Amino acid sequence: MSFFSVQGLTKRFGGLTALDDVSFEVEKGSIFSVIGPNGSGKSTAFNCINGIYKPTAGSIHFQGNKISGLSPSRIARMGLARTFQNIELFASETTVDNLMLGRHQHMSTGLWRGMAMLGRRTWAAREEIENREHVEQVLETLELEAVRNRPVSELPYGTQKRVELGRALAMEPLLLLVDEPTAGMNPEERADIGERLRKLRDDLGLTILLIEHHMQLAIGLADRVLALNFGRPIALGPPDEVQSHPEVVKAYLGDG
Amino acid sequence: MTPRELDHYADVQLLPGKAAIAKLVVLLAVLAVLPFVVPGYRIFTLNYMAVFVIVGLGLSILVGDTGQVSLGHAGFMAIGAYTSVLAMTELGAPFLIALPAAGLVSAFFGFLLGLPALRLDGPYLAIATLGFGLAVTLIIGHGSFFGGHMGLVVPDAYLGPIPLSGDISHYFLIVGIAVVLALAARNLSVTRVGRAFRAIRDSPIAAETMGVDVAYYKTLSFTVSAAFAGIAGSLLALMNGFISPGVFSVTLSLMFLAMVVFGGLGSIAGAVLGSLVMGYVNLRMDAVQEIPIFGPMLQNFSDAYMSPSGLPNVGWVLTGSMIMLTIMFEPRGLYGVWLRIEDGVRWLRRRGASDGPAAGTG
Repeated sequence: MSFFSVQGLTKRFGGLTALDDVSFEVEKGSIFSVIGPNGSGKSTAFNCINGIYKPTAGSIHFQGNKISGLSPSRIARMGLARTFQNIELFASETTVDNLMLGRHQHMSTGLWRGMAMLGRRTWAAREEIENREHVEQVLETLELEAVRNRPVSELPYGTQKRVELGRALAMEPLLLLVDEPTAGMNPEERADIGERLRKLRDDLGLTILLIEHHMQLAIGLADRVLALNFGRPIALGPPDEVQSHPEVVKAYLGDG
Repeated sequence: MTPRELDHYADVQLLPGKAAIAKLVVLLAVLAVLPFVVPGYRIFTLNYMAVFVIVGLGLSILVGDTGQVSLGHAGFMAIGAYTSVLAMTELGAPFLIALPAAGLVSAFFGFLLGLPALRLDGPYLAIATLGFGLAVTLIIGHGSFFGGHMGLVVPDAYLGPIPLSGDISHYFLIVGIAVVLALAARNLSVTRVGRAFRAIRDSPIAAETMGVDVAYYKTLSFTVSAAFAGIAGSLLALMNGFISPGVFSVTLSLMFLAMVVFGGLGSIAGAVLGSLVMGYVNLRMDAVQEIPIFGPMLQNFSDAYMSPSGLPNVGWVLTGSMIMLTIMFEPRGLYGVWLRIEDGVRWLRRRGASDGPAAGTG
């Protein structure tokens, strides 16, 4: 059984088929890129994987468990984290609070213990401190210490993207879904994000599923690539093979 | 490692440092002395305001933190009030049992109302909660068990051997509970559950994606909020000595929602401030014309332009203008005004500090 697999994934919205019979497998500790032009169904695939959409047909397995049909929070608790193409941060909260929310599933303080946090030694306080330390490490990894206590709505776009990545990392995921991490970024910022993702794979052994509009970055990072067009898989394999696939070239450059 | 060691407990500590402890001690001292320095008939007003604070704290969790609207909190208050009175009269329960029972029963109804709320948003939720509030008072008004429209007399209550009679004993009970609940609400908001509530307010999709069971936390928020209102209802019954459905009208629900907005959504201090002011205004609504200069002006304005039915409504005109002005000029409410004052003081201090040496060199 592979680490993560998608079989015959199909999603229809009314008469529109956004995803049509997509299948692929992801190996543990690898980066898997999904590429394709706008509207090719990449984000729809992510939304199916993390449970925001219910697939019309097909199944998704993660570590031998079927996850298709489960709620996003159940899937998250199984070790799957994601970022969003259009940033979905908790805007009025600080960077730290956003990342602490990523610790939600690793904590257990409920109503009563929370209300009764009356000293350093109480349950809630100890748990806060412990998880806050973990968050601090993530802040360090992503060089976010300077904006620790700033409300995220005040941060520049690129920093917000990093905070979102940090929030996903704070979850200590086994599989990380990254949706267009470099959208709207300049080449320098793009290279920086690429380097960070590569490090996450090499240093932490994280498995990453990456949607990237920017072909060069996606191809450069990935161990394997899936190309979609109009919701249909047109090529699947090692990066260089997919890149030179005639269908992919046609999809990206148009029929000309 | 970071160059300077961070104490992560300081982030969430209830009383970080001596200054905070000193502030709390001063506040408690003032609260302890207050009933002995104000005129006796004003203690009732203070109690009424403290009851409002308890409702405000609970409503702030629901509206401010979780981002759910409720126009039915007078209904939860009614449930709490009737539960505690009936527990005492019908079951002979002591007040010490009747009070938490009021919170529990009200919490249960909060849970029930939270279920449909999972599928409703914005105006639809407002209408649903409004309907709930109306239904509660209608049912109570038509049931002879509940005393109908005539209401119920609250029996003498004892706290163990201590008789809870007279405004001063009510004061210490109600204000004590309000202080404890305020601290509890504050702790709740900085820990895991509070963060989950605010995550749902800011982005339910992201919250769910981070592993927050949105359905669970939304209902929990309704439940906790209703429990606060239930406890407040029980205390209101105690201090009034009499309850009837008319007390828990829709206008009271509107007042509750108005006071958390007025105080500043999402902040405990704002909820407390807003509740104190609105509690006072609500009780003294008919005394607006006693305000020097401003009062008669408002009275004339209200009589001339705002009373199509000829009924005096100057109190509502005042309340309405307070809320409108807040939303127009300081959406963060009274708490926002407070933040501005703090900023101003800090700015003045900094200017004072930098002026010193500058004057020396100049």
